Amino acid sequence: MNVTIRSHMTTIVALGTALLVTAVLLLTSSSDVLHAFAILFWGALTSPSRIADMVMLMSPLLLCAIGLSVSFSAGQYNLGIEGQMTVGGVAAMGLLRMYAEGQAPYLYWLFAIIAGMLMGLVWALLVAALKRYTHVSEIFAGLGLNFVALGASLYLVFGPWKRPGVASMSGTEPLADILWLPTLTGTRLAWLTPIIALVALVVVWRILRQSHWGLQVRACGLSPLASTRMGIPATRRTFQAMALCGALAGLAGALQIIGVYHALVPNVASGIGLMGLLVALLVRADIRFVPVVAFFFAIITSGSIQLPLSLSIDSSISGVLQGLIVLAVIVSRALTKEGQS
Amino acid sequence: MHVSIRNLHKSFGAVHANNDICVDFAAGQIHGILGENGAGKSTLMKLLSGVYRPDSGTICINDTPVQLGTPRRAIEAGIGMVAQDPVDVPVFTVRDNIACGIHMPATRDLHDQITTWCTRLGFQFAPETVIRTLTVGQRQQVEIVRLLIAGSDVLILDEPTTGITATQIHALFAALRTIVATGKTVLFVTHKLDEVVALCDTVTVFRAGSMVGLQRNMPITQSEMLEAMFGAMTPPQYASAVVATLESPRWTLRNVEFHEQSLRVGPLSYQLPQGAIIGLAGLEGSGQRPFMQLLSGLRVPDAGTIYYDGAPFAYDHPDVVWLPADRLNEGIIGDMSLTEHIRLLQDVLLNDGSTATQKATQLIADYAIKATPDMPLRQLSGGNQQRAMLALIPQHVTGIVLEHPTRGLDAVSALAIWQRLQERRSRGTTVVFFSADLDEVLQYADFVLVFFAGQLSRIIPRNEMHEEQLAALIGGVGFQEVLP
Repeated sequence: MNVTIRSHMTTIVALGTALLVTAVLLLTSSSDVLHAFAILFWGALTSPSRIADMVMLMSPLLLCAIGLSVSFSAGQYNLGIEGQMTVGGVAAMGLLRMYAEGQAPYLYWLFAIIAGMLMGLVWALLVAALKRYTHVSEIFAGLGLNFVALGASLYLVFGPWKRPGVASMSGTEPLADILWLPTLTGTRLAWLTPIIALVALVVVWRILRQSHWGLQVRACGLSPLASTRMGIPATRRTFQAMALCGALAGLAGALQIIGVYHALVPNVASGIGLMGLLVALLVRADIRFVPVVAFFFAIITSGSIQLPLSLSIDSSISGVLQGLIVLAVIVSRALTKEGQS
Repeated sequence: MHVSIRNLHKSFGAVHANNDICVDFAAGQIHGILGENGAGKSTLMKLLSGVYRPDSGTICINDTPVQLGTPRRAIEAGIGMVAQDPVDVPVFTVRDNIACGIHMPATRDLHDQITTWCTRLGFQFAPETVIRTLTVGQRQQVEIVRLLIAGSDVLILDEPTTGITATQIHALFAALRTIVATGKTVLFVTHKLDEVVALCDTVTVFRAGSMVGLQRNMPITQSEMLEAMFGAMTPPQYASAVVATLESPRWTLRNVEFHEQSLRVGPLSYQLPQGAIIGLAGLEGSGQRPFMQLLSGLRVPDAGTIYYDGAPFAYDHPDVVWLPADRLNEGIIGDMSLTEHIRLLQDVLLNDGSTATQKATQLIADYAIKATPDMPLRQLSGGNQQRAMLALIPQHVTGIVLEHPTRGLDAVSALAIWQRLQERRSRGTTVVFFSADLDEVLQYADFVLVFFAGQLSRIIPRNEMHEEQLAALIGGVGFQEVLP
């Protein structure tokens, strides 16, 4: 009991410190710290269109954080998530470019999503294979492949898929309107996206927690040696966990194309994958808590967009706050653990 | 240089690794430091070479107390240690490695010093040679030259003959004799009795963190050293062996070769009988660990074939299990409960929680495990973890390989483990185990297989074996007579 209380106290102190440091940083550019915090924590919920934007950010974030929870469970640090998301978007765009006037969009959406998931899966398997067969750490293999994916998408935006006449940083020629995922009237909320993300959340949570496969994946992550001793195919499980994570990232990338950008933009992932990494770190791969944290992070990020207009504070302060929170929680966990042993 | 150690004490947690050590190492001599693994000899050498700091006590060099504390200060004080595994930069040349090691520029002068020492000691490498191209034995020679150039008057060698060839051992011994002839001191740590006899001027024996008796001048007999190392043997009660048959062997090894780091073993041909407990005896690192991994299918031989029940043996054989000594890292998953382990071993798509919990409750009762079905195994005591590991062995398993089956367990738990294993044996299972505790080998094994420096004895029935004989054999004494 004492230990539990102390651990909660440590966490609270750590979170307080994170807020305090952010406040100090805010003071350098604005005196109205309380107003800034109000916008950060509440600004995203002040109008239907703002809520819609927040949901559209939260959905891919959820998908990435769920995927990363799977690869974390298998003991893999899949920093290649951004690249997997990017190639997912590229694959989806490639498929949608085949659309011919007059056809129904549903099949194209379905195939674009499947293409995105497959491409993300392959990209993640590349990381797993590099680790298994050439002993490159999955962290460096993933980061390396992120650059390859980003390069490829830039090449397409400025090369083969550029707008007629002029290449633009804002992306390729937009998709035909009919290929855009339908939105709720008056907002940018493509309602299919959060539904897919929530379904994925429930399905993956059940697989990881209740299936035999999920149990074996967690065993491999906790102790590859002991798992192998007990006859669990550890290599195969690791590959499968990475594949699932890649597929979810690819799904997120594809949905960004058909639901948000409606074109291939140079950076499809735009840091959402890495934010997913923060979420997964914070919840320690326990998918039950992913929605809560993803919601919170999405609110801060969406809210921060209003900061430059209202208080002329740069929106990047949201990244500082998120980073500090994760750091604070990790440090407090380490301190509590040390106190126990 | 004369080294005296007074009341030196070092503990790690509750373990007294060095307890009140008082000893003198006179200049111009080779001093043998003898003892089993974990006896405390390596700790003393690390205290002398500045790797560890003592808890209390003093170290004097030529009657002046010194504070060592770091390897750098130890070298400045004139004490240098040749590590068991070479620590060098493989892509550098000999000269660059030595220059790095002694914080000196790689000058012409250094080049000449290396050549001079090599000539004096009969070493066969040049300053320009790249380390990577040298053998382990030669890299050790580079280390010795480095320490000599750094001005060390006391050289410590920790198990220097592991993994080097007989010729190199011969060369090393000759070099060490040359070195002490110049008035320097050599401390030679080993567990091999014949090396002490062949090389050393004095011998100091360690057991369980303390010196056994005082330093003694050579020659003394090997049996005296053995008694000092292992203590007087208490005759264990020995239940008469089940008469195991070799007609249908469990494991059959044909010309099997394998290695442990630089130690090469084989070719070996053996048949391990059904329904028997086979104890492996030997000092740590004599080849028994890779041997057990071969039998459990965790590694493949470098050459030759292994059969199990007459069929070729493959990785992940369902009838064989391996129970490692490092239970928490290699054996079980500490963060998972017994129920979860049972579910892991089930072959199903969706997990059925209630049957697994029932089975866990049953096993907890059967094996008298002090735990609840849902308690992470990390929270169990060592004895209960070992019982859990045994309980998780499926019924159809016919071959069990164990490393230190009762290490860290109290007498009651150890007895319980052995009762389970004996039950398994009486149903035809073959149990192969390695234990550093010779009494345990003699008490429970039906057959004994002795390992010495990569060589294996024949399979010796327990009742043909005396306690003193086994202790002598693992030190290599009389080993030629038990070769297959």
